[in-house]
Amino acid sequence: MGSKKVGNQSIIFQNPPFILAGYNIVGPKEGEGPLKDSYDQIMKDTYNGEKSWEKTEAKMLETALRGVADKAKVTVDSVDFVLAGDLLNQIISSSFAARQLGIPFIGLYGACSTMALSTALGAMLIEGGFAGQVLCAASSHHDTAERQYRMPTEQGNQRAMYAQWTVTGAGALLLAASGTGPKVTSATLGRVIDLGTTDTNNMGAAMAPAVADTILNHFQDLNRQPDYYDLIVTGDLGTVGLQLLKEILKKSNFPMGKNLSDCGVMVFSPKQDIHAGGSGCGCSAVVLSGYILNQMNSGELKKVLLIGSGSLHSPTSALQGESIPAIGHAVSIEIS
Amino acid sequence: MSNSNLRPPVINLTPEEYKTMVQRISPKPKAIKNAVLAFMVGGLICSIGQILINIYINYFGLSKVSAQTAGTATLILIGALLTGLGVYDNIVRFGGAGGIVPVTGFANSMVSPALEYKREGYVFGVGGKLFTVAGPILVYGIATSILVGIIYVLLRL
Repeated sequence: MGSKKVGNQSIIFQNPPFILAGYNIVGPKEGEGPLKDSYDQIMKDTYNGEKSWEKTEAKMLETALRGVADKAKVTVDSVDFVLAGDLLNQIISSSFAARQLGIPFIGLYGACSTMALSTALGAMLIEGGFAGQVLCAASSHHDTAERQYRMPTEQGNQRAMYAQWTVTGAGALLLAASGTGPKVTSATLGRVIDLGTTDTNNMGAAMAPAVADTILNHFQDLNRQPDYYDLIVTGDLGTVGLQLLKEILKKSNFPMGKNLSDCGVMVFSPKQDIHAGGSGCGCSAVVLSGYILNQMNSGELKKVLLIGSGSLHSPTSALQGESIPAIGHAVSIEIS
Repeated sequence: MSNSNLRPPVINLTPEEYKTMVQRISPKPKAIKNAVLAFMVGGLICSIGQILINIYINYFGLSKVSAQTAGTATLILIGALLTGLGVYDNIVRFGGAGGIVPVTGFANSMVSPALEYKREGYVFGVGGKLFTVAGPILVYGIATSILVGIIYVLLRL
């Protein structure tokens, strides 16, 4: 085994890949949220001129992928791989977006942890010398997710107070072996953890133990303390999941400080009546490729740990009464 | 650099402990507020129904039974229309069961899948998925009515 792997499940990059640029596109609701200034494109409506929401989501992902290449002044053809994933069955948004790009595609499914997973794997491809430039992306769309996982969108129902709202958004990063900007310095790939949560409306509760597991292992593997980072941000635990995470870590003798937050909590304001916060692959994708990257490039944040959180159930498994397995993937991003 | 035999850290929590923790932290629905809103929204819909029935009796000269049928049909039309306009889901979000239980809610449960699955085609989309929401209601509603009917007949023997 090479010396790049440390501890139980972490990897330290010896030639950390650079994040040349990030690009994101979001729906109108996200565009009214607290992070509205960090989005490259805000769609006027949830269709954005397409005939179906599925088409819109694929188009959003393509827009983000092309947008980030443009921003970094790189031609799409010069990129070695695109790594992307989404929530829809057979990850059609990603495959359909990749069909338009015409470069080698690696489809990923990590549910809502996909952005962290694609970034970790992209960095590994570059570190291993298998690629010079990699596109990493993820997307979700509120309405495509609703109609796949829940009910028809116009069907009236009252959402639970702990339910989260799937973010309509796509975000992409361009990683490269050389350049300037923030660097992906390490990654901790998660284990599948299941503490028996069965309520598919309470995704935060399903995912918090997996995220806690990854956090504990990350800090042990790298022998770091939480104050090493300026910001430790989870993918889409929401308000309920974030609070559960804090309690789990406290019970596991690893309390967190004030630098812990969650993309799902950051992406919407409580006034937007979305209850427990945002969720979906797009949630951490748009916050990472927008707000976090901007803050790093402007020097406000220097060391960030993103732990993407994914819930690995399907509508079928939920109906059959199975509990919800979940996963957390962490990537640390640093700028000197 | 790699250090063997590290394994634990494992989170220090049993599934049972976690279940209690989740129940403690997850916010509860605001029962009283929801009940009051449901009462008002449901009452308003039913009052509109009663007004419609009175109009059909007084101005169109329908018998009471026919006016009730016409009133129900009009409410179904209104529920379907508001679903198509994208308003009805907001009414239910506000009024909860007050919007689901009246016949307008049933119209919503039929029209929303019809709208939703049109893109998957008229046969396997609309045709196949029209009853995704109302299906269970119909299956068990009809089954119960058959059962009650049989009991009724047996009791009269």
